[in-house]
Amino acid sequence: MSPAHYIFLAVILFVIGGVGVLVRRNAIVIFMCVELMLNACNLAFVAFARMHGNLDGQVVAFFVMVVAAAEVVVGLAILMAIYRARKSASVDDANLLKY
Amino acid sequence: MTHTIAASGTNLDPLYAEGLFWVLAVLSVGAAVAMICVRQAVHCALMLAVVMASLAVMYAMQGAPFLAFVQIIVYTGAVLMLFLFVMMLIGVSSADSLVETIRGQRVWAGIGGIAFMVLLIVGIGHAAIGTASPATAANSSNNLTGIATLIFTTYVYPFEVTSALLITAALGAMVLAHRERTKPKPTQREVAQRKIASGQVAPEPPPGVYALHNSVDMPALLPDGSTTDRSVSRAISQRDLDLGRDPQANVTADLAAEERIEAERQIEAAAQGRDEQ
Repeated sequence: MSPAHYIFLAVILFVIGGVGVLVRRNAIVIFMCVELMLNACNLAFVAFARMHGNLDGQVVAFFVMVVAAAEVVVGLAILMAIYRARKSASVDDANLLKY
Repeated sequence: MTHTIAASGTNLDPLYAEGLFWVLAVLSVGAAVAMICVRQAVHCALMLAVVMASLAVMYAMQGAPFLAFVQIIVYTGAVLMLFLFVMMLIGVSSADSLVETIRGQRVWAGIGGIAFMVLLIVGIGHAAIGTASPATAANSSNNLTGIATLIFTTYVYPFEVTSALLITAALGAMVLAHRERTKPKPTQREVAQRKIASGQVAPEPPPGVYALHNSVDMPALLPDGSTTDRSVSRAISQRDLDLGRDPQANVTADLAAEERIEAERQIEAAAQGRDEQ
């Protein structure tokens, strides 16, 4: 399979993740959709690395994974704090952050 | 097609690789669509696991075995388990509400997503995406050695910054998940005084043990033959009521069974006594 196939697949997965972020109301599910978008980006990076015949794309994908892990840790901790205060994980209920 | 596959750094048969790609593509897109459609957050996590595992296989097919294993270990192993942990803490039954808070949000999100996808696909279709380059020293000999060389030479500063990011994330998670104690921890003396003052020193009675049943939903049998509801969790009896069952049905059936067994035993004993005579 040529790298183009993988890149089109990455586009489809990225768009599905983006639609999920827009549509869903549960903050955990929104986080999972963001993870899906990051995974799609990684797939594109790996495909580009293969296209160019060097490993830079794979290294960037590796860094994306590290950043994603850090993002999940902090994001889920924020989610726990909000849930403790508001007893809900829905993004509609967390509209009083400014007060 | 043959030389592009051979250049990808895997020794997979071309036809086999093509079939595997389409199977994995359909599987991952189907799982991703299911992920944004199912209501339960746990089902979403399982669908995400399917997507991540199939992406890991795709990395391996594209000559990135190291990333394939990192994907399995870090994503499906650690990140997804973290999601599940938080889900269990928050409450696994917190299903999404199907009410739209913004009118037409789903329709417009779908239209916007399709438009964005068309934009990207047309753009990428016009870009010149070449075939896979032939195997070079960078990607053919040893993937892991090549990545390690790159990380510790060209990308050594981003790598160091990554460590700072991870430490910051760990500290941030500790600060955010930490809860301040608003009142002092009760001492053993205070606990004892509260227990005595409440009028009940002993713990609540445990669930009952009967002739046929022995589980947490059976109320304790008091010395006078009656049962007490205090030994059964309110959630369990409420569940019985929700399911349309009588919470006391097992008890009455069990007491009747006990009487019947006792009667049979007496008849048997009498018969045995007659035989011996």
